[in-house]
Amino acid sequence: MTSDNKQMQWIAHAALIAFSIACVVPFLLLVMSSVSSEQTILKHGYSFFPKEFSLSAYHYLWYNWQSLGRAYGITVLITIVGTSVSLAMTSMFAYPISRRDLPWRNFWTFFVFFTLLFNGGLVPAYLIYTKLFVIKNTIWALIVPGLLMNGFNVLLVRTFFVTSVPPALIEAANIDGCGEIKAFYKIVLPLSLPIMATIGLMQSILYWNDWFNGMTYVTDSKLFSIQNILNRMMTEIQFLSSDPNMSTSASETIAQLPSATVRMAIAVVGVLPILVAYPFFQKYFVKGITIGAVK
Amino acid sequence: MEQAASKIRIRPRPGKAGSRWSMAKKFWPLYLLMLPGVVYMIINNYLPMFGIIIAFKDINFAKGIFGSDWVGFKNFEYLFKTEDAYIITRNTILYNGAFIVTHTVLAIAFAILLNEIRKKFFTRLYQSIILLPYLMSMVIVSYLVYALLSMETGFLNKTVLPLLGIESISWYTETKYWPAILTIVHNWKGIGFLCVIYLASIIGIDPEYYEAATLDGASKRQQIFSITIPLIAPVVIFMTLLAIGRIFYSDFGLFYQVPMNSGPLLEVTNVIDTYVYRGLIFLGDLGMSSAAGAYQSLVGFVLVILSNYVVRRLSKENALF
Repeated sequence: MTSDNKQMQWIAHAALIAFSIACVVPFLLLVMSSVSSEQTILKHGYSFFPKEFSLSAYHYLWYNWQSLGRAYGITVLITIVGTSVSLAMTSMFAYPISRRDLPWRNFWTFFVFFTLLFNGGLVPAYLIYTKLFVIKNTIWALIVPGLLMNGFNVLLVRTFFVTSVPPALIEAANIDGCGEIKAFYKIVLPLSLPIMATIGLMQSILYWNDWFNGMTYVTDSKLFSIQNILNRMMTEIQFLSSDPNMSTSASETIAQLPSATVRMAIAVVGVLPILVAYPFFQKYFVKGITIGAVK
Repeated sequence: MEQAASKIRIRPRPGKAGSRWSMAKKFWPLYLLMLPGVVYMIINNYLPMFGIIIAFKDINFAKGIFGSDWVGFKNFEYLFKTEDAYIITRNTILYNGAFIVTHTVLAIAFAILLNEIRKKFFTRLYQSIILLPYLMSMVIVSYLVYALLSMETGFLNKTVLPLLGIESISWYTETKYWPAILTIVHNWKGIGFLCVIYLASIIGIDPEYYEAATLDGASKRQQIFSITIPLIAPVVIFMTLLAIGRIFYSDFGLFYQVPMNSGPLLEVTNVIDTYVYRGLIFLGDLGMSSAAGAYQSLVGFVLVILSNYVVRRLSKENALF
């Protein structure tokens, strides 16, 4: 019996260590590539043990910090603004439909729910945002389309309100002369901090990682977020590598462009904040995932 | 009975309420709170739903969307005459089908193994590490894949293949490797997520089942196959049906960013989402892309409804509606 148990422990550890390595190793390759010298990479390719170390990629980034710093600023801005507005709108929508006495409650709940079942797709949304609201090449393009509020989160927060805000509390507040809006931010919101923190975290990750809106609605490089800069640099590489006829001159061209190491260095700078912060929010991240699955 | 009881509770207090005026007076602040969200959903979700009519029109911006001429199913006829319609439908369904199977099997396996580990510290450590890829954007993932697969500087071509004595492979132009590459990348990125969900439901199993089984001399293997798997089956079936309901939608980033939008690979990387995107953004072909988008929306909707119907037949409480 005990040997059976022990064997199981070994198998479990072995399998999970193997998978964990598979999860971490690509990042290691990214980091090691960014601290290799350009010559080593052009000759021996990206590797875990570069023949020659060099911080020149980071020097380059340091001296050209304006564009990268700007992109960082944009990313931080859309993450903060997007997450805050998103939390406000989600909770403000969720609270009324959590109230049993709200007239038309079922209609509005279905109004939210239906958006999860059916969507019009990209083409109409793109035309509405570009032709009707002329959002192209504005900061709004990075914040508003698709990301700002999601029906799933609204229903999640509504369920939380239903189960953890006692109606008697609100009634008592109303009798004491506290209006509905005041009751919402003085009583309901403080009670819902746990779910707000979880959803806020998931929204922040969504905004920090988003490249789709930038790629679709923004062509002005002044408005590029970190993800869009990375995306653009990938497009340049793709341009070089997908055409087989160009492979002879490709290495020369790569040497002139922001080099192979600089690309990797920018990617490192892009993931670093998340990697550094991850141990601290890891617990809430797991919670955010399981809360979504168990409705 | 229950419904009747709840109805009585909902009914506003007699006397004061009842008149429309006093209802409006009491509830307008709540409606005010809802207003921004309602407006956003109308713009972001409901207007595009009606926008599906674009697929039935010949859009001419001089005339405006509503002024453009109706063309009936012409756009769809053009779309389904091309080979693309077959390719994108095939790719979307085959990839998602393969993803659902591999994802489910691997996530259950890792969840069971993770649950076996005695030391809580290691459980948490492994869990955090395997969730790491899920946290990354597809752009970052495409960089990681590029570092491995690049023709001139990739780790595989420069380090691994020479060791095995194999010629360099032009990964980004050879179609035959991509079904495997995309399946690996998708699983690498997503298993952690599904694994955490299944782990949560395994932890919820009553330990008494295992204690009884151990007393009866059941081995670990027997316990896994006769207790764990049958008891998490409802959650697995629910998650799988949900995924099947969304089989017509793909992870756009995976199919667009990871193959780096490479032309020679389209045969095996083009799915409905990428087809719509390319048609709209690069080709400006509104007819084709809106027809493909409407095709996805409508078939997707039917599938969601069907899968929910099946869930409902199996267990009412797990159904979405």
